[in-house]
Amino acid sequence: MQDAIPTIPPGRACGFAHRLTGWQIEPVGDRCLLVRLGDQVGAEASRTVQNVTAYLSSAGLPGVFDVVPAFTTVALHYQPLAFARGQGAASLQLARRIERLLGADIPALPVNDQVIDIPACYGGEYGPDLEDVARRCGLTADEVVGLHSATPMSLYVYFFSPGNPFFGPVDPRLKVPRRATPRLLVEAGSVAIANGITSIYQTALPGGWNVIARTPWSMFDVTKTPPTRMQPGARVRFHPISPSQFAQMQEPRS
Amino acid sequence: MTRGPFAHMQVLQPGMFSVVQDLGRLGHQHHGVPVTGAMDEWSHRVANMLVGNADDAAVLECTLTGPAVQFSRDTLLAVCGAQVRITAGERPVPMGCAVLLRRGVTLAFGERSSGARMYLAVRGGFATTPVLGSRSTYLPGNFGGHEGRALRKNDRVPLAPSDPDAPTLVLERILVQSGLPFVAAARLGTELPDGSPEGVRFIPGPQWNAFSAEARERFVSQPFAISSRSNRMGYRLEGPGLRLTKPLEMISEATSFGTVQVPPDGQPIVLMADRQSAGGYPKIAYVASADLPRLAQALPGASIRFTPVAQQAAEQAWLDLEDRLALVREMAAHALT
Repeated sequence: MQDAIPTIPPGRACGFAHRLTGWQIEPVGDRCLLVRLGDQVGAEASRTVQNVTAYLSSAGLPGVFDVVPAFTTVALHYQPLAFARGQGAASLQLARRIERLLGADIPALPVNDQVIDIPACYGGEYGPDLEDVARRCGLTADEVVGLHSATPMSLYVYFFSPGNPFFGPVDPRLKVPRRATPRLLVEAGSVAIANGITSIYQTALPGGWNVIARTPWSMFDVTKTPPTRMQPGARVRFHPISPSQFAQMQEPRS
Repeated sequence: MTRGPFAHMQVLQPGMFSVVQDLGRLGHQHHGVPVTGAMDEWSHRVANMLVGNADDAAVLECTLTGPAVQFSRDTLLAVCGAQVRITAGERPVPMGCAVLLRRGVTLAFGERSSGARMYLAVRGGFATTPVLGSRSTYLPGNFGGHEGRALRKNDRVPLAPSDPDAPTLVLERILVQSGLPFVAAARLGTELPDGSPEGVRFIPGPQWNAFSAEARERFVSQPFAISSRSNRMGYRLEGPGLRLTKPLEMISEATSFGTVQVPPDGQPIVLMADRQSAGGYPKIAYVASADLPRLAQALPGASIRFTPVAQQAAEQAWLDLEDRLALVREMAAHALT
């Protein structure tokens, strides 16, 4: 079920082990628990989230059928019927098990050094907000492209729509909020930034992020297992390409 | 019965919005893939139980108006959920029980008297190709179910091949002897227990205390209307505006079926089956799972009221529902033999 989440064989630490601090567990209604691991979006929070997701996925927790990472939290969706009656609420029984697991050292996933270059055509019709972002950051358009494509980022998480990735950290000099007026339709493949994160619109959707480029790559194929092209924790760098390269490289979307 | 893999349901009229759903696409939220699945989990599971299926077999979820269909073989089926007039060969077909319909006879859904969604289960389930482990239709992504979309006229939806080792049902013997268009098993009590007609129980959410005292008071004391802009992704509610005491910077985190989030306009949204896998608006409440089937049957324009419930009481209400379902499963199995 958790095919795309790398799982750690029980009792065998990969990489190094680490001790979590300051986490807490809270209910999300009556069939889901959430482990809150921090309150800052960033590469370190993301690594912790991925380690905890992998660890809890492989722990064989009763009734748990989906372990869902976000930026700073991990949610566990479970079947209440899987827990013994008369031994307290299912949420408390599951919380106690999670507490025991996270109270000890937890194994860390090996760090992936490989950097994937994602082609992106910046500006013009592919990046209608590039000039505006440059103006608001006090930079030239070329400088924005340079800063966005210079340093590797991490794939933090997918959500919002199938195969919609969120990467970070974006260079702090490119810190812009969302657009005041969201677009009714953002083209598929659009590379957008807001609040220190960059994202790719896998499908055409309404959206309020600042579109600075477009990638010819498709990030999601429902016929593949896993359906996503790269997995959380992947290291990526955006690689500027020309409009003609874009046309040559464009991939079909399912 | 005609055997073989090519049995199908022929769609004569699709109804307004008829989609194949199972209990959802589990285990892919970390790819950004929504769970989807039946909106009214109770009716979905009961319909499956009545025809002897596992709870998660794929059924047809029909919104507001039902279809007219024919089957290429004698088919054991059941309809649960919204109350609707159904006929087969001009005769009224009962809901909430197993019905063996003769091949080629038109099953037609007519006037609906209450509720929003009908669930049509067939023995063995609909056998559309699973996508990422589920037959649920995810309309915005155009995948799952029957070609990733709602049914259209002339569609042929595949049925699971019948089990050659299954013992002959009493209904099958009667159908052969009778010449009737269909025969029905005994009706069972399959209604949702513990009906509170307009009260939707909720557990306060993590940002409950970030809302103003006035907002919290309004949430529990005033009615909210279900907006016509509601869909399988979320029920937009219209009512008194709900304000935070001060603006809140939220980091998107996992949502669940029944999460009530409040965007800056102050009008709450209850996230339903097609919800996105994470959201970034303040969460004022979580609807108790036991009340989600009733909410899923509420129509746009309907008025709902929220009633607070303790975490433990909400969990107990769900277990009571499961106990009731276990009883229905037993009765349904008995009614078939």
